[in-house]
Amino acid sequence: MLRIECPCCGTRDHGEFRYGGDAAVERPAHDNSDPDAWYRYVYVRSNPKGLHQEFWQHVLGCRQWLVVERDTVTHSIRSVSFSRRQRA
Amino acid sequence: MGRYSIFSLLRHAATGNRGWQRAWRAASPKPSYDVIIIGGGGHGLATAFYLAENHGVRNVAVLEKGYIGGGNVGRNTTVIRSNYLLDGNTQFYEYSMKLWEGLSAALNFNVMFSQRGQLVTAHSADQLDAFAHRANIMRSNGIDADILDRQQVRKLVPYLDFSETARFPIHGAIFQGRAGTARHDAVAWGYARAASCHGVDIIEGCEVTGFLRDDERIVGVETTRGHIGAGRVGLAVAGHTSVLGQMAGLELPIESHLLQAFVTEPVKPLVNHVIAYGADHFYLSQSDKGGLVFGGNLDGYNSYSQRGNTGVLREVCEAAIALMPNISRLRLLRHWGGIMDMTPDASPIISPTPVEGLYLNGGWCYGGFKATPASGWCFAHMLATGKTHPLIEGYGLDRFRTGYLLDEAGAGPFAWLQ
Ligand SMILES: Cc1cc2nc3c(=O)[nH]c(=O)nc-3n(C[C@H](O)[C@H](O)[C@H](O)COP(=O)(O)OP(=O)(O)OC[C@H]3O[C@@H](n4cnc5c(N)ncnc54)[C@H](O)[C@@H]3O)c2cc1C
Ligand SMILES: [Zn+2]
Repeated sequence: MLRIECPCCGTRDHGEFRYGGDAAVERPAHDNSDPDAWYRYVYVRSNPKGLHQEFWQHVLGCRQWLVVERDTVTHSIRSVSFSRRQRA
Repeated sequence: MGRYSIFSLLRHAATGNRGWQRAWRAASPKPSYDVIIIGGGGHGLATAFYLAENHGVRNVAVLEKGYIGGGNVGRNTTVIRSNYLLDGNTQFYEYSMKLWEGLSAALNFNVMFSQRGQLVTAHSADQLDAFAHRANIMRSNGIDADILDRQQVRKLVPYLDFSETARFPIHGAIFQGRAGTARHDAVAWGYARAASCHGVDIIEGCEVTGFLRDDERIVGVETTRGHIGAGRVGLAVAGHTSVLGQMAGLELPIESHLLQAFVTEPVKPLVNHVIAYGADHFYLSQSDKGGLVFGGNLDGYNSYSQRGNTGVLREVCEAAIALMPNISRLRLLRHWGGIMDMTPDASPIISPTPVEGLYLNGGWCYGGFKATPASGWCFAHMLATGKTHPLIEGYGLDRFRTGYLLDEAGAGPFAWLQ
């Protein structure tokens, strides 16, 4: 079990959250017509063995989307923040 | 290395079983090979065997960072079936099934392939309709498939929950009689031994840490046991494809995820088939030792750690008891995990790569054990000839650009949902 420290609700079991995948991927601008940019956004993942920035939504709590920095080998979590602030 | 036979058994029995040789040669790296395969799992070893057997390419090395059978080939729940829906998958997995049927003889090694049949239960009329669609596709491809109604399922597996209170009542099932299981370690050992007999070097304890290049072309690998040159390099490292891909400068549509398996204490023979639960992602079979072997969902987030978490443990046990209430008092003995490449369409990648000299076999998600023989067969064809075998035309790396996905699970580009 991972324990994620939600900035709203405190430390909670990850069963309360929904995984949202790689948070480092940048969505191309709406009018970007380069198919390669969209291919990379939809499919390509760096998939690191180590620190990974990822989205989790606290669905059974405050329902906020969070960005969690987690080590994919040890599962230790380095930081948790609101995704909206990070992406502003 | 002598052949295994009834006579070798008798001869060794008469001499106290002291004369058995190791199953494959312990090899040290030569300066270079025609083909290097990275990853001594089922797929890598099968590739090496078919390179030698089908194409006469014998100057081959398989480099394994740990030991043979220590990866997913020795961690899976051993289900073998060919009940796929999409063109490309259907034919490929059936080809694999045919190879399984002759594998023990081809390898002179008993892989204990047991065609006990697989049932997938249907829990609504719609689901049974969908299964009928699948069965028709299978049959039109010459693959055995039967649709069973509730009474027929009950006759075959009376111990499932057919009560009034079942949460998801069983409407029927799709049945493939030729499906089954095999002894997974034996598959690795059998391919290793047969490849080694053909002269292939199987080098354990040899981790690939980088690639050697001449301009853009890959001409060998850096390993913990020195540099080794290669004409062509094949990558077959299961859950570590991204890690090796990164060393070669590849950007891949892959995420690594953890899948767990579970086994109960042994009980008397009870479950004769492989049973998959259509109301949830759960399946079980009984091992030759008597334990019930369970599998379920991915842990659901990127992971490179080969240990699971208890959330999935609970889900899997809930599904087990919903399907088969009579096992609620059994104790689980063990659970373990394996790391898998998950692709955005749940189908594998067997393909040349943008890097010259480097070929990729990966992205097997959690269904790659059944594919082992056909995967090796087709990858060997690619490494020997440089051409794509007709059976794997759908598995190219460029399909994500061109849009020709094989999204068998229909879950969209979310690897953790596939
Ligand atoms: C719990 C579980 C249940 C499963 N159940 C089923 C099932 O019922 N049916 C089914 O069909 N499939 C199943 N699978 C999937 C199946 O096991 C895999 O898709 C398949 O075995 C992967 O191919 P492989 O055997 O070659 O991989 P592996 O055996 O993992 O081989 C890859 C090898 O590469 C090595 N390696 C990695 N990095 C390096 C490096 N840098 N240098 C050298 N070597 C390296 C690893 O040590 C490993 O031995 C399951 C998987 C798991 C984990
Ligand atoms: Zn919260």
